[in-house]
Amino acid sequence: MSSVGLVLANLRWKPTRTVLTFLSLVIAFVLFMLLRAISTAFTGGTTVAGVQRVMLDAKYSMTDNLPIAHINAIRMMPEVAAITQMSWFGGYYQDPKNEFAKAPVDHQTFFTVFPELLVEKDVLERFAESKRAVVVETGIAQRFGWQTGDVIPIKGDIWPKQDGSWDWEFVLAGTYTVPIDSRIQPWFLLRYDYFNESVMDWVKDQVGWAVVRVVDEIDPQQLIQTIDGQFEMSSDPTKSLSEDDYARQFASQLGDMALIATMILGAVFFTILLLTANVASLSFNERIVDLAVIKTLGFGNHYVGLLVLSEAMTLCVLGALTGVAISYGLEPLLQQNLVPIVGNFQMYLWDAVLALALAVAIGVVIGVHPAAAAVYLPIVEALREGQ
Amino acid sequence: MSQLDDQVSIRDTLNLKKVLIECQNLTHTYKRGGETLTVLSDLNLTIRQGDFVALMGPSGSGKTTLLNLLGGLDRVSSGVVRIQGVALDQLSESTLADWRAQTVGFIFQFYNLLPMLSALGNVELPLLLTKLNSKERRHRAQTALTIVGLTDRTKHKPSELSGGQQQRVAIARALVADPELLVCDEPTGDLDRDTADEILALLKMLNQQYGKTIVMVTHDPKAAEYASTLLHMDKGVLLSLRT
Ligand SMILES: Nc1ncnc2c1ncn2[C@@H]1O[C@H](COP(=O)(O)OP(=O)(O)OP(=O)(O)O)[C@@H](O)[C@H]1O
Ligand SMILES: [Mg+2]
Repeated sequence: MSSVGLVLANLRWKPTRTVLTFLSLVIAFVLFMLLRAISTAFTGGTTVAGVQRVMLDAKYSMTDNLPIAHINAIRMMPEVAAITQMSWFGGYYQDPKNEFAKAPVDHQTFFTVFPELLVEKDVLERFAESKRAVVVETGIAQRFGWQTGDVIPIKGDIWPKQDGSWDWEFVLAGTYTVPIDSRIQPWFLLRYDYFNESVMDWVKDQVGWAVVRVVDEIDPQQLIQTIDGQFEMSSDPTKSLSEDDYARQFASQLGDMALIATMILGAVFFTILLLTANVASLSFNERIVDLAVIKTLGFGNHYVGLLVLSEAMTLCVLGALTGVAISYGLEPLLQQNLVPIVGNFQMYLWDAVLALALAVAIGVVIGVHPAAAAVYLPIVEALREGQ
Repeated sequence: MSQLDDQVSIRDTLNLKKVLIECQNLTHTYKRGGETLTVLSDLNLTIRQGDFVALMGPSGSGKTTLLNLLGGLDRVSSGVVRIQGVALDQLSESTLADWRAQTVGFIFQFYNLLPMLSALGNVELPLLLTKLNSKERRHRAQTALTIVGLTDRTKHKPSELSGGQQQRVAIARALVADPELLVCDEPTGDLDRDTADEILALLKMLNQQYGKTIVMVTHDPKAAEYASTLLHMDKGVLLSLRT
């Protein structure tokens, strides 16, 4: 028997109540960790310092294509450091359920346009050597167990091939990694030149969109005006947007989702607070005589107050620790399912610390009232109540 | 122990027993709404070390109130309670708590054990206020339980014990810190005749062999026979009936 033992004995005394309260805390904290991670995945990711990019698309519809001639023209502009075209490729690997984003890109410039992507030199060399080479984000490759040199069959569904078939065969040149703080989605990258020579004539020389890396000292807005101005009168006018503006547009939509997530969290924790506060005051009322007896034995007012506070605190902190542990346990599973949707998804140590701080705050909020009542509990009146 | 016994008996014969409790002009009032209820008025009382005092009187006469004052659970409205020369009203709240832990053991009618602790845990509880380590605490709690005659069922919760067993645990808890004074409020009020007699014999043994001073409130004339002094209280006034 010790003071800690006394706290634990109190918690064990009504096991059903303690377990239910504990579980609701655990669920709340798991939810906290998940929603925090998702909202970070949505809103997080900043442009790499020093790299400015412009996205360009067909003016009237995102689904319209642009002629490759536009890209070649833009490549010549002095404000352009590098440009890569991209298109939706569609299709699947082995089973239509195996979804991941695939795009034909300019294999010579793609990683210059996105210098923050981590890729080995020899991977780029193999990408350049063979037309059928592909470079794939590490997570996607791991998901299907692909090794460098593996032949990867893809069943196409958007672009008919010259020979009338829909079957593509690629060779894995290697993988690249998206840094944690990047919002670039994971891709399966194939070579545009191979793609373009394989498809039927009537779909040749078209691109879905393009990404330009702007020369460092140039204001992206200036380049946007130049590009959109140049093609204004052509049969395929363009619409360009700086990456920051694009992100801002995207983020304002996702920001709404983050707000909703925060509101859900707020509601959950408010409910938890009411619930546990109710439990705390219930168990205080049941133990008025016990607490008076403890005081009678010579324990000071503050000891008894601390005893009551420790109970609430122990429950909250244990609930938070368990919730955080479960979240980290679920991380690999969630990553597998969520990374293709939200880009990067992971638990953050910072959120775990926040969860613990929140637990302490909740412990104080629900514990402080019964603890104060315990401190000021008059022995004689309380004992008389027990008669 | 036998040496100590000798000293006690010598003092006994010479009537030199030290004064343990001294109440002077004790008055206690309760405020209920706007009204003031005087429960004890101008009460004087001396109890010597080693006395076994039974306190009888009709319900509502102020017996529990007096016990609470002697045990330092409540503070007098006026007058003085002095125990071993210490005037209790001079002590701060926390000093009074320390004083209680060292000087007084409490025994209640309904045992007032903590339901979530085992018998042993209940007896060990007061020792958390001492410097003893956990092994010494456990050993001492076990000794106290042996003294009150409860050697098995010490791992059981109070709800798994009979009334008599629970009261033994409560007495062990009152005893474990070796206090000078035991204060008992109707300790047999909830027990059948035979069990009550066992508990009273136990208290008598603690008084005679261990020299504990006992103040016991009771409604049971037979219980009073175990005591060396019988006080009667009515409407807050004390009458000494037998010494
Ligand atoms: N906290 C209190 N507030 C107001 N009145 C009280 C309070 N405590 C006790 N009293 C009153 O003081 C009087 C004496 O109470 P006390 O409990 O000391 O009597 P008692 O002799 O122990 O009675 P019983 O034999 O029934 O236990 C009673 O009239 C009681 O109602
Ligand atoms: Mg009473």
